[in-house]
Amino acid sequence: MNAFGRTNPLWLLLCVLLFSSLAHAVEPDEKLADPALEARARALTAELRCVVCQNQSVDDSDAPLAKDIRVLVRERIMAGDTDEEVIDYIVARYGRFVLLNPPLSGDTVLLWFGPGILLVVGLALAYLYVRRLNRAPVAPQPLSPAEEDAVKRIIEDPRA
Amino acid sequence: MSRYLSLVPLFLLLALAAYFAIGLSTDSRTVKSVLIDKPLPAFDLPKFGADGETFGSESLKGRVSLLNVFASWCITCRVEHPVLVKLTQEKRVAIYGLAWKDKPEELKAWLEELGNPYLAIADDAKGRTAIDLGVTGAPETYVIDKKGRIRFKQVGAIDDYVWRETIEPLVAHLEAEP
Repeated sequence: MNAFGRTNPLWLLLCVLLFSSLAHAVEPDEKLADPALEARARALTAELRCVVCQNQSVDDSDAPLAKDIRVLVRERIMAGDTDEEVIDYIVARYGRFVLLNPPLSGDTVLLWFGPGILLVVGLALAYLYVRRLNRAPVAPQPLSPAEEDAVKRIIEDPRA
Repeated sequence: MSRYLSLVPLFLLLALAAYFAIGLSTDSRTVKSVLIDKPLPAFDLPKFGADGETFGSESLKGRVSLLNVFASWCITCRVEHPVLVKLTQEKRVAIYGLAWKDKPEELKAWLEELGNPYLAIADDAKGRTAIDLGVTGAPETYVIDKKGRIRFKQVGAIDDYVWRETIEPLVAHLEAEP
């Protein structure tokens, strides 16, 4: 009897579903021998957009160009580049578009704070609206003497 | 006052609609090159079909030229190729090739079948120069001015329309520069 002989296949399925997200596109021959450097490479490429598929990171993508960039990033790391230098190297070629985590700068201010500003504006409008609804209704004003007279006349002689 | 306040959501909606209209009408899949108006990144690669010789960025200075990134494995390049062949036959512009991650024998067969419009082909077998150029796919074509600067990047195939409307006027304009 093999090791899985008594294992419920559902457990295997559960394991596959739970841990499949850990699978990445990095191939064994790309990996660096030093685990610390490899971890740096993984972290860096996870922040880089694959320019072929665009909504995947270089770390996730199976595109040949993404593989080339993974290898390139590892080469730069082996050559002694800091994380910043590696990122600058790629940005110099592909632009800041490839940064999945865009830095805060003049033209990204709206990107970073726009949603917050919209939220605050929305809350302010909602507050003003709700306050207006809750405001106590204006107390009824007594009739003016002229109005009292008019009412009295109508009551005394409805046909007038 | 409160009457105007009630119009605020309408204006917000209109602003958002305008924003989306702009966003949806621009093609976000085309990554704008950061190298426009910058010198062509330096490279020196084996010259295809010429044993031992190299072909590099220095050779692209002194005349207006196109640098076409292509590969025999690229389907769209096959569509684009006849246009390039015609441009060379009619002597419209100097076209150089950068063979991106191609195998020499496949490249040779491809050129024999479809014709060779290139003055010279740099063989970028490892794809490293393509990364230096910011290539995102094939085909892509760089318009290089006389000083060796990248002035325009065409992402995707050059067809008759792209040539007539975009690249031909630009080449004429660059030719007129000192």
